[in-house]
Amino acid sequence: MPQQLLDLTVTAKSFADLPVLRNVHFRINAGEVVSLVGPRGCGKSTLLRIIAALDTRFAGEVLINGQPPSLRSRDVGLIFQEPRLLPWLSVAENVGFALGIKRRGHPLVAALLSEMGLIDCAGAYPRQLSGDLAQRVAIARGLCSQPSLLLLDEPFSALDAFTRKHLQDLLLSVASRRRTTLLLVTHEVNEAVYFSDRVIVLASQPGRISGEVVIGAPRPRDRRNPKLARKEAKVLTLLSDGTTNSFDLSYALASAPPTWPPVQAAHLHFAI
Amino acid sequence: MSQTGLSRAPALLARNRPRAYRRWLRFSHGLWIPAILMLIWQTLSGSGWVSARLLPSPSELLGTLAELVENGALLTHAGISTLRLLTGFSIGAVLGILAGTAAGLSQRVETLFGPTFRTLRTVPLLAWVPLALLWLGSGEATKITLIAIGAFFPVYLNVVAGIHDVDDKLLEVGGLFGLSGSLLITRVFLPAALPNLFSGLRSALTFAWMLLIAVELTAANSGLGYLLTDGRETGRADLIIVAIVVLALLGKAGDSLLQRLKGRLLDWQDVVDSRQS
Repeated sequence: MPQQLLDLTVTAKSFADLPVLRNVHFRINAGEVVSLVGPRGCGKSTLLRIIAALDTRFAGEVLINGQPPSLRSRDVGLIFQEPRLLPWLSVAENVGFALGIKRRGHPLVAALLSEMGLIDCAGAYPRQLSGDLAQRVAIARGLCSQPSLLLLDEPFSALDAFTRKHLQDLLLSVASRRRTTLLLVTHEVNEAVYFSDRVIVLASQPGRISGEVVIGAPRPRDRRNPKLARKEAKVLTLLSDGTTNSFDLSYALASAPPTWPPVQAAHLHFAI
Repeated sequence: MSQTGLSRAPALLARNRPRAYRRWLRFSHGLWIPAILMLIWQTLSGSGWVSARLLPSPSELLGTLAELVENGALLTHAGISTLRLLTGFSIGAVLGILAGTAAGLSQRVETLFGPTFRTLRTVPLLAWVPLALLWLGSGEATKITLIAIGAFFPVYLNVVAGIHDVDDKLLEVGGLFGLSGSLLITRVFLPAALPNLFSGLRSALTFAWMLLIAVELTAANSGLGYLLTDGRETGRADLIIVAIVVLALLGKAGDSLLQRLKGRLLDWQDVVDSRQS
């Protein structure tokens, strides 16, 4: 029986008078890798901010290991789209930031630097790093506080296709070795399917769950695995069901090559 | 070896010259203008076109300088001025950092003190001199208070601006790692405001020197400002010019020291312009 890590119920959340989320409920077990996909404005990032306790103005309840999250407990890590490194700290100091100022030579920092391939630039300042390296530092820093749940808010979206794939695999292997539970928010369907055990699809205005797809392919995965392509098609169908009122996905489907259905989907790069 | 390889060799060698040598080259370039001016000056005063009483020649000034160094007067006056400056500057800067941090962090403090400070700042600094003399007399307290006032405002304003400008995204990162209160201040706010603090300290130093001289001109019997007054009263232009040169050197030394400290603390900023100033 897997241990339940996150139990989230958001009955309502709005910004000013605009409803952003309504009746969103899901659970995540320890060790799982889950993705949230949905069109822009479906409240994906807001959900992450709620889980991370950065946003507490909502109706509902969030429990992590049975406790409501707090910034103090540091149960939850959050990695943003941009690295958000502290420019006055070196790479190693940024990674060790969570451990406090006196713990620069901490073995955990050294271990994460080597696992994330950052040994060579440990002394560099963020300004000197490429976008890819900076994001790796951000991930290492997120892992360094040893959160039981690591939230990822479109962490690969600023990277080019090649480094994106590389970083996805790197993060998966480092996180699975540390048994960190991952919750990824993305608008790239193929990324979500390849990355996760389960994909939760959100519809927008207000954000709500339109369905869930269990991927169930063994790891390490082959990106060309036809099963992934079929799952991807399922996710796309759910997305198009949920978005008809605000965003017509049939337009995107219609512009796909005529040989469309499922099996080909892996070769298409769908950005919703 | 190819032709291009050969022709590029001198350029490569030039680039590999030792650092100290390159620095000396850069420094020596800055000496050209003073040297030419001195030459013109010496010819002018040597030719007798200008009254030697008003513009003594550089060689005469060297004599005055030697005399002042020998009888210890220069060292005493410059030492006393520097001591006053450092005391007043430190007090003003520390108060500026504290008040600036408080006002930058707390909306309440800012709304309470901000308007007052911003209005007081617009008073030309020299206007405080007579009031301070009247209230505090002509002792050391007056001088140090005035210098501290001069140093306070630029530091205060820059620290407030620096703390206001801290990226919310970085504060969120601090919050995510459980930082709050004084830890968030020391580990995120203050390092992020450090570049602003240094620009504040730099103008503070300028104002501190200005007020030091202003108050020494009006009420002192020691210090470089006194030397200036003394020179005017006894009609000795040479004394005045020597004092000005010493002031220039001391000012430059202080500024360089500050820039060097900034270069060390803000090396993460890739500060390229620090050596040009």
